[in-house]
Amino acid sequence: MDRLLFLFATGLARGAVFALFALSLVLIWRAARIINFAQGAMALVATYLAFAVTGLTGSYAAGLAAGILGGAAIGWAIERGVMRHAPHSTPLAGVIVAIGLVMVLQSLLGIVFGPQYRPMAAPFDETPIFLGGVPVLSPYDLFILVVALGVMGLLAVLFTRTSLGLQLRASAFAPEVSRMLGVRVDRMVTIGWMLSAAVAALAALLLIPTELGLNPHSTDMLFVYAFTVAVVGGLDSPVGALVGGLTVGVVISLVTGYLGSTVAPIGVLVLLVVVLLVRPGGVFSMREARTA
Amino acid sequence: MTRLFPRLAGTPRVLVVAGILTLLAIGGTFLLDPYRNFQLATAAAYFCAIGGLTLLVGLSGQLSLGHAALMAAGGYGYALTSIALTGAGLAGAGRFVIALVAGVVAASVLGLLLGLAGARLRGPYLAGLTLAFVIALPAVTSVFSGVFRGDQGLQTAYEPVPELLNRLIALEQWQAWVAIGVTSVVTTALALVRRGAGGLRMRAVRDDETAARLNGVAVRRVKVTAFTVSAAAAGAGGAVLCFVTQSVSPGGYTLAFSLLLLVGAVVGGLGSLGGAAIGAAVIVLLPWVLSLLAGSLDLPAELAQRLSGNLSVLVFGLLLIVVMLVRPGGLAGAFGGRRRGPWVRRSSTSPEPAEAPAPASPSPSPQKQFLAQER
Amino acid sequence: MSHQSSASRSARRFGVLLAATALVLTACSTPSAPADEDDDPAAAVGDSTGVTDTTVTIGTHTPLTGPAAAGYSSISAAATAYFAYLNAQGGVHGREIEYIVKDDGYNPANTQTVVRELVQQDGVFAIVNGLGTAPHQAVLDFLNQNKVPDLFVASGSTAWNQPDTYPYTFGFNADYVVEAAALAQYANDELPGKSVCMLGQDDDFGDDFLAGLELALGADGVTAVERYSVSNQDVTAQIGALQAAGCEVVTLATINGFTALAIGTAAQLGWFPQWMASSSGADYPTLAGYLGEAAPQLLQGFVGTNYSPMADDDWVSLFREINDEYNDGAAFDGNTIYGMSVAYTFGQALEAAGENPTRESLLEAVTSGALTGNGIVPVAFGADSHAAYLTVGITRVDAGVQDYVGSTYQVKDGAVTAVEPQPVALTAEGVPGA
Repeated sequence: MDRLLFLFATGLARGAVFALFALSLVLIWRAARIINFAQGAMALVATYLAFAVTGLTGSYAAGLAAGILGGAAIGWAIERGVMRHAPHSTPLAGVIVAIGLVMVLQSLLGIVFGPQYRPMAAPFDETPIFLGGVPVLSPYDLFILVVALGVMGLLAVLFTRTSLGLQLRASAFAPEVSRMLGVRVDRMVTIGWMLSAAVAALAALLLIPTELGLNPHSTDMLFVYAFTVAVVGGLDSPVGALVGGLTVGVVISLVTGYLGSTVAPIGVLVLLVVVLLVRPGGVFSMREARTA
Repeated sequence: MTRLFPRLAGTPRVLVVAGILTLLAIGGTFLLDPYRNFQLATAAAYFCAIGGLTLLVGLSGQLSLGHAALMAAGGYGYALTSIALTGAGLAGAGRFVIALVAGVVAASVLGLLLGLAGARLRGPYLAGLTLAFVIALPAVTSVFSGVFRGDQGLQTAYEPVPELLNRLIALEQWQAWVAIGVTSVVTTALALVRRGAGGLRMRAVRDDETAARLNGVAVRRVKVTAFTVSAAAAGAGGAVLCFVTQSVSPGGYTLAFSLLLLVGAVVGGLGSLGGAAIGAAVIVLLPWVLSLLAGSLDLPAELAQRLSGNLSVLVFGLLLIVVMLVRPGGLAGAFGGRRRGPWVRRSSTSPEPAEAPAPASPSPSPQKQFLAQER
Repeated sequence: MSHQSSASRSARRFGVLLAATALVLTACSTPSAPADEDDDPAAAVGDSTGVTDTTVTIGTHTPLTGPAAAGYSSISAAATAYFAYLNAQGGVHGREIEYIVKDDGYNPANTQTVVRELVQQDGVFAIVNGLGTAPHQAVLDFLNQNKVPDLFVASGSTAWNQPDTYPYTFGFNADYVVEAAALAQYANDELPGKSVCMLGQDDDFGDDFLAGLELALGADGVTAVERYSVSNQDVTAQIGALQAAGCEVVTLATINGFTALAIGTAAQLGWFPQWMASSSGADYPTLAGYLGEAAPQLLQGFVGTNYSPMADDDWVSLFREINDEYNDGAAFDGNTIYGMSVAYTFGQALEAAGENPTRESLLEAVTSGALTGNGIVPVAFGADSHAAYLTVGITRVDAGVQDYVGSTYQVKDGAVTAVEPQPVALTAEGVPGA
């Protein structure tokens, strides 16, 4: 029972990060109706930037700010510079371009920074708090949960209560009509990319201090897990991203704990297949079927 | 080419052309040294897989990021069967052919399952599913390590040059011959599918599923068939690779390799088999060319280390982006074929793909006769 | 009509391309001229590919990119630095050693390609210190069939010690069975009665290590076994399980990164068992890099195995100087010492191969038993032993310094015995034959 509780708690902590990253995928889906396969690589570039800034200034907060702003900047650059020019008639072209981007970004990072693992320090203690003798969450894990929930709340407010949010949603849903109504659709798409990339960067920045170190392949698995979360939760549902993220985190933790760490990717694949077959819209999605 | 054999048409034409090209390729092996023949053999194996992939993506519009895993299925199927047959005392051509068929069947079954799972999915979801699939492959080989031997993979017996040819040709040349032979059969089959009713149906499904369904095309079956055929081709490629290197391991079939296959398909031109051949040649030769270039510059040791490996990935990524943005038709389009890829639309740059995409290109195509609706 | 001819058009393009490629490749390819025995009657009889009057060319495959590169890419750089030093002292029998290092990304498929390049294109004399169990297994057959000396494989697998099946292949690292048996015996001797557990990689590394533990402790001597996969960097579940099983001594079949992860994770849980690791995951400087400021406390009393020179040994001082001068002052850690030790051992072998070395005389030199290497005991090569180290020393970290404690164990005929260390002394400033 102790072990179950412990695995559950660590799963929640990991899941919070997946939820945040999945949220960034939801954001870009809602803004531009694409799944950005390059999200992990873009977040990674922002993380290296944050790492460099922290190294120079010695301040975690400065690095965090730099990472988030850097993420937004990268989102802007990629949307303006690359994605805008991709053929739009089917989503496949955008996916292929995104894959090309992943290759370019990862190899550039490898060339500039090398393959070494660079340990990143966490701003809070990573030692778990003990409740009745069982280790539960650590202060850092709580920080992650608070940040994830906070960001989600902020975005919910942005999308439902502000005019900008309305414009963002309108541009994604019905671009022609929105244009006719005076919405700057192209700018909305760009803003969507910037927001999404910034959130993804934040997620990566929160995750990597808990791992071995920063390296050009740090976000590979994160993307796959977050994609699974997005599918499970429903790509157009932020609540789905949160619940899906925590669920996937717990599932992976339990699978690793009871069946061994090798099985984790298989567990993810099985989960993905099951959800796609049984409820293709995602557990929380509003729509009936997967239309794109 | 129509000036040669002008009276030949249809299937016989494809077969004759394939036969001539095969003979040319085999003749070419005499001009190459052993290492180049080894490269030629691997390029042939890649050609099989890329041919399947380009058909799948270009013709039926389904993006698969997991073709490396399908090649791996072919490789492991071949290896396991070959080891079992060696244990039973069989050797030579019999063992090779049975193992090859086993590999192709294994990959086809996997492709069928994947196709079934993905038939309800469109574009990015299918891509994501295949992504998870290719990442789960190493895990499968580790979990069932009793059979698959985990990271170190399986080693197969070495197939020597047959007695008759022993004095004439070296090992690598013989391997290249076998690879060319298998590839020739597989890609001819793909060519026949492509120009036949099957290919037509795939294109119809790609362009407009609803319209195709209205015209009596069994959309789901076509999609699954496309996946299975493409997987079979990839499996053949994987089996050939295993034959050439006498080993198969999960490290050889990573996500990065899957993406490389995609690069080959895109750069060559999606939907084009000639393009697939070009793509295969590019992904085998380009890293070698790049390392020559990098070696000729006098770089500090650490930078040289970082460049090796990363440089070719960088160039491939750039190629992928540039080709998709500038010339979606790929290199095959450069020779006078379709300039714009299989999905260019005349209208605006709307990001909304929830509506059905418009048909391929403005040039006249046989789809128009097939589809009742005019666009 | 366009539909029909597009297939032939693409087929024609393929044909044109293939012909063009073939011509280009023929023009470009520069096949190595294998040393012809009939060329120079005065030269040694035998295969002297890769040997000229002034150079000897050797090659290796190693991960310079990819996830595995972080732990291993510095080894080849260190070996190259040692060869530069050796060449500056006049080389071996007046020949400079040229070491071609090729990247395989720890991927057996790439290893196949780069090793073929080395053998068939670059015409190397021998492959030295090929790195990685899975990568090197893929090229064992090829190298032995082509009769290329395959020396000092950088891996602790027992596969390199098969003189009958693979006569051209020789290992270097002490294999995992030996290391595990030594650690287990040390635990038995120094910490009797404590429960011994294992955290190991989920491949041959972990399997062989477990076999070694059971060799020393018996089939049920290991209380709990947990495995990890390199692709999953979260070992919290495994550490939790070991703690729950009440382990007091935890042996690690881990690479450095995962040793750090295990120790760090356990520390966060407030658990501090006695850690013992295989040499692949016991390098103090590397671990300190991962663990940061807390390293000296976390690693106090950390036990490992090793067979190369350590701490303030004369060899280490020499290697530090070589590192500063020939390796651009790169970080100096266990990998550096290892790389230079292998290079020195090859230098010895080449020297013993004679004035006009051939591949046959090189193998002769290795199997003759004349080599010493520079480790804690002389290397154990012989006609029926292709393993370098069947004996390892136990090391311990005390106040941030890692050194041998004196306990040394040998595994022979399936049993582990304590022996006296016989470290090979530094002679002639590390120049073989001088």
